[in-house]
Amino acid sequence: MLWSKNGRKDNVVFRGARVLDPAEGLDAVCDVRVDGGTIAELGTTLDVNGHRVVEGAGLVLAPAFVDPHVHLRVPGREDEETIASGTAAAAAGGYCAILAMPNTEPVVDSAAVLGSLIEDAQAQAEIPVGFLASITRGQEGAELTDMAELADQGAAGFTDDGRPIVAPGLMRRALQYHGITGRRLAVHCEEPTLSKAGQMHEGAVSAELGFSGYPSVAESLMVERDLSLAAYEEQPLHLLHLSARESVEALRKAQAVGVAATGEVTPHHLCLTDQAVRTLDPNVKMNPPLRAAEDRDALVEGLRDGTIAAVATDHAPHARHEKEVPFEAAPFGVTGLETAFSALYTNLVAPGALPLETLLERMSAGPARIYGLEPPRIAVGAPANLVLLDTAATWRVDEDGFRSRSANSWLLGQTLEGRVRMTVAAGKVVYES
Amino acid sequence: MGDIHVMREDFLPPKQPPRRHLISIGDLTRADVERLLATARSFGRSLEREVKKLPTLRGHTVVNVFYESSTRTSSSFELAAKRLSADTMSIKAAGSSVDKGESLKDTALTLGAYDPDVIVIRHPQIGAPDVVARYTEAHIVNAGDGKHQHPTQALLDLYTIREHVGPLDGLHVAIVGDVLHSRVARSNIQALTLMGASVTLVGPPPLIPRGIESMGCTVSHDIGAIASADVVYVLRMQRERMLEGANYVPSLREYTARWGVTPERLRPGQKVMHPGPMNRGVEIDPLVADAADALIETQVRAGLVVRMAVLYDLLTTGPATVKTPEPLEVA
Repeated sequence: MLWSKNGRKDNVVFRGARVLDPAEGLDAVCDVRVDGGTIAELGTTLDVNGHRVVEGAGLVLAPAFVDPHVHLRVPGREDEETIASGTAAAAAGGYCAILAMPNTEPVVDSAAVLGSLIEDAQAQAEIPVGFLASITRGQEGAELTDMAELADQGAAGFTDDGRPIVAPGLMRRALQYHGITGRRLAVHCEEPTLSKAGQMHEGAVSAELGFSGYPSVAESLMVERDLSLAAYEEQPLHLLHLSARESVEALRKAQAVGVAATGEVTPHHLCLTDQAVRTLDPNVKMNPPLRAAEDRDALVEGLRDGTIAAVATDHAPHARHEKEVPFEAAPFGVTGLETAFSALYTNLVAPGALPLETLLERMSAGPARIYGLEPPRIAVGAPANLVLLDTAATWRVDEDGFRSRSANSWLLGQTLEGRVRMTVAAGKVVYES
Repeated sequence: MGDIHVMREDFLPPKQPPRRHLISIGDLTRADVERLLATARSFGRSLEREVKKLPTLRGHTVVNVFYESSTRTSSSFELAAKRLSADTMSIKAAGSSVDKGESLKDTALTLGAYDPDVIVIRHPQIGAPDVVARYTEAHIVNAGDGKHQHPTQALLDLYTIREHVGPLDGLHVAIVGDVLHSRVARSNIQALTLMGASVTLVGPPPLIPRGIESMGCTVSHDIGAIASADVVYVLRMQRERMLEGANYVPSLREYTARWGVTPERLRPGQKVMHPGPMNRGVEIDPLVADAADALIETQVRAGLVVRMAVLYDLLTTGPATVKTPEPLEVA
């Protein structure tokens, strides 16, 4: 389900880092030796064996991150991102695997398009990448794609991300068919007659600024509908980029009665509220929109208590000229691969709102499990998927510092705490700073 | 969870913009408004003279860029600049490079190349004046950006009320109608509350934006709520901004029956205002529009002196970066 360039397998010894793998219950200052891309030994004063030595004193060595929600813009908008640039950006963000969304031009709705993406990934991808295919042909919400064929060819899951499955009858069919493919269905929950023309969260800020509102209930109503259908069909379901308090509550309730539902949340929804839209900066325009402080608090709490299993960047590159326009004319979406950890460390971990261990789990094993990927872990015999983090470092997010082809980040000009120092993906050192 | 410090100051609008623009009433303090109204009043007196032109802004250039149709605002900005002896240039989107698909950024860069002192812009999209401000050195005056702000309209309304009704402090103004689509309403709520007036919004629920009470006004869906107001400010039903099938009101007939401002719903001496253009017989009864208590033409007259004051204020009391005209070299 994941593809990348055939890479070398590195020999490295990480010496003296705080080795932290919450899923494995590991938190110790020790050495980690990687032999030919596989974790070979954990311990103190390990033999170097002629390997490259990376001094980790004062740093954190953790399982590398998995991003379940990336827009690589291929095919169709290679000016905004490519598989090469997007996976390089992911490597810089500490990721060892990412999943790409199918809302491209053309849509990934056939074995032919998926096949060409897999070939591209085998030629260009710096880190392993998987591809979701669409649930409906052309993401038009009318006819199902040939999901079994797409699954056989390696689709990592199915989604019409960016668009909801409007008709409940069609959503039910997709859930029924999920029993055949076994690959996760992921849904963007938005009731279009309620969000129509909406530019931002409906509330005091939209009332004052005059923007058309996109109310929370436009999301939560669809969340509740899809959870009801998933419960009825007894199929699992993944909810993409949740933004509203009511959605988190609905997910928590469904999980409590045994629905196999999962959810994800983006760094921007965890860090910002609709107050940020007062800047009229097109780089805080996204779908779903930034919501009120109560919503943000509910998302943080949902991530903390595990209702929301994953952080997903929803990395959405846009060409510069498309964002140099009035807010209302700008497309939805912001980049996030290269800033996710630092943004969340700065805004949640450093102020004490979320333990570092929880963040690391939700950025790595959490998202991997949703899509049935092998969770990155620090254990003897496991493939080396590692990120070395310097939580004491600060850095400034600059427009020209990205590996992504696009720079539509909500963090431009911000100084962040916590920095990725090295990423090892599938046994290969793919990033160093 | 209550105490997470996630909002960083950097994400909030800068408190002290590097240049002085007039984009939102929120940019102004009460003292700024007092100064602008006093300046407008002195210009009002100068316009009573036989020679109406003042040399004040000689050598300055004011560019008006209108991406939306306008009669009142564009003509009054142009005349205001001329009365102050500034050079003016007016550009309408129709017939310009905008028709050829030029972006707002490129239009701003092009106009900026002429080093204008002020760019007055009207645009259908919220935030357009901020985009122009980003790409030129000129002072920006917002002449209406989508549903967001129309600050000079609010200033001329304050001027009209103060000259023809009385002090703003303690005054009660009812704003009636399509608040949802109205930049005039948003600017006026801010301006009136800034000056100590109280504001009640009256209209059908779908046309009163959810959460607007946080701007410091009260809301009523009953037209009877206008009874206690000193001024009834009638908004235009903005049919052109209403999405098809959105059902904001079942029909204009239903709207008029329920929320139309008619002579029967007013008491003698209640002043009536409207930013224009009016839909006579929809939001306002023609008898009300033409009655002695209507201040609608007075508002238009106030627009001229208030816009003169805004241009003067930006170009003479702004920060040190404002250019002073250099004397012509005499050969």
